Amino acid sequence: MNLFAIFRRSFFWIIVLITLAFALAPLWGNNVGLREELILAAVYITLASNLNLLIGYAGYVNFGNIVFFGLGGYFCIYLVNTHGWPLIAAALSGGVAVSLLALLFGLGILRLRGAYFALATIGVNEGVKAFVANFTPWGGATGIYISLDAFKPLGGPMQALWTIYFLLVAVMGLSLLLSYSIKTSKFGLGLLAIGQNEDAASVLGVPTPRYKAYVYSASAFLPAIAGALFFFKSAFIQPDGAFDLLLSTEAIVMVMLGGQGTVIGPALGAFLYEELRSTLLTVETFSHFQLVIAGVLLLLIVLFAPGGLMGWIHQRWPRTKRVLE
Amino acid sequence: MFGILASIVDGVLVGSVYGLAAIGLTLIWGVMDVINLSHGAMIVAGMFGLFLVTDTLGLPAYTAIPPVLALGFLAGVLLYWIAVHRVIGRPALMSLLSTFAVNMVLIGLGTAVWGTVLFNVPVSLPGITWQGYTFTGTHMMAAFLTAVIASLLYLFLYRTRLGKAIRAVAGNREAAELSGIPTTRVLALAFGLGVALACTSGALIATLFPFTVLSGEAYQLKSFVVTVLGGLGNPGGALFGGVALGLLEGLATPFMPISWTTVIEFVVFVVVLIAFPRGLFNFGRR
Repeated sequence: MNLFAIFRRSFFWIIVLITLAFALAPLWGNNVGLREELILAAVYITLASNLNLLIGYAGYVNFGNIVFFGLGGYFCIYLVNTHGWPLIAAALSGGVAVSLLALLFGLGILRLRGAYFALATIGVNEGVKAFVANFTPWGGATGIYISLDAFKPLGGPMQALWTIYFLLVAVMGLSLLLSYSIKTSKFGLGLLAIGQNEDAASVLGVPTPRYKAYVYSASAFLPAIAGALFFFKSAFIQPDGAFDLLLSTEAIVMVMLGGQGTVIGPALGAFLYEELRSTLLTVETFSHFQLVIAGVLLLLIVLFAPGGLMGWIHQRWPRTKRVLE
Repeated sequence: MFGILASIVDGVLVGSVYGLAAIGLTLIWGVMDVINLSHGAMIVAGMFGLFLVTDTLGLPAYTAIPPVLALGFLAGVLLYWIAVHRVIGRPALMSLLSTFAVNMVLIGLGTAVWGTVLFNVPVSLPGITWQGYTFTGTHMMAAFLTAVIASLLYLFLYRTRLGKAIRAVAGNREAAELSGIPTTRVLALAFGLGVALACTSGALIATLFPFTVLSGEAYQLKSFVVTVLGGLGNPGGALFGGVALGLLEGLATPFMPISWTTVIEFVVFVVVLIAFPRGLFNFGRR
């Protein structure tokens, strides 16, 4: 395969442009408020984009996808705080460790299908949360707080926040790239076949158990790193915040809103969801009804527009299919 | 030694109420292959139903059970037409998401109305004291009412024409339709029944423990564990599953901190799901 072929695809440059726009926008006038908004958007896009690998491509619903995010955060914070590792090394090891763990879990629970698998993923998330809440080296139910000294190697807290922002935007860009390169690969074709009809795919020679375990593991890597950076930024981590089943399901809303199975859809959905959420939170009358509105939105999408935004756009303007994957 | 036994008995009493909640979940799954992720919200609705009856109307706690059962049934039928009917027969993802969306809406409304503070419904029933251990009256009453409701459900499913229709639709919807059963109405009925059971178990749980708007999630997860132990889609197994879970909790409590029992529950849950996907208590079914 020609390694440079990807540079000739227009969609690759769209991803680069999105990432650059994220990185540069808050630099304009040193806009810290915008940066804080975009940092959340970058985290959401990372979560939604990686969740889409499983939901959109392979057709498996992972209700406990947040377990990767939380575990990545825990691994990183533990390594930084107790063993004094530098942030990037800790975040990367967190990502690798969580990916390997996911491979192990995946080989077990991916034997289940449909609703059974969805239930098992909830079980995994809640089981891990309950375990961490009892695990004293990780601070049990109170969690871990990191001291401000940890920010020193990054040039103090002010500078560190910018560094973490750029790293998170990079993780977001890599998520989109991963999603795109999987979709256009033979591996991705196999996954889409599994999503259509797993038995037929298996008969036609797709190594279904292996592919499913790989994609489950792949969808764990970048969210774990995002979790590492996110919780390092907050300077503390605790089980309820790290393994929040609500955020897990909000990620599913994002994927569905943008359009499952497309590359740009989940990112678009995540961005719009974040914007909607922050608007609702600031308007006094709506601040209590954020969940209600998200719920109604999800119900309407599921019942009337299962293709999401991208599905609608592709149907309305079929030509966009060639450019927007 | 007797302390452990007492703890087990109490665990079984409480576990049977979890079993009742799980029967609702498993009934819906068995009849229409839908996992109702708004189950937890319905349990909470039952809890607040009890709270309204005792606190606002000032009536004794157990008078709340019949109205909660009836209103839960109506809510369930309504919910079926709004959120479930269109996703029947579509991929599992769709029904999971639509019922979850309902859950979000209900929890959101509940939080807006009641906040997330702790509620408590004081119920005083005399307990039985035996060798220094007290078996709480409310626990025994809840287990007794669970047994009554479960028996009534059994009679309904196995001794009435409508119950027979539900079982027929669960067995094979197309064949049932061909034999002249109005399957859509039967599906709505079964969903209503499942939700009614969730609400009722919620009301019973509220007589035992304090609760918040967000308590539903924990009990919904317990219902999943119980359902999986009993075999998805098997109401009889769910009751055994509930008792087994209660037994496990009662057995573990004297030996380890209460927070570890959750870890064990979920390990059991995932292992049973993978190793025995048809459940441990699936007698006489294949």
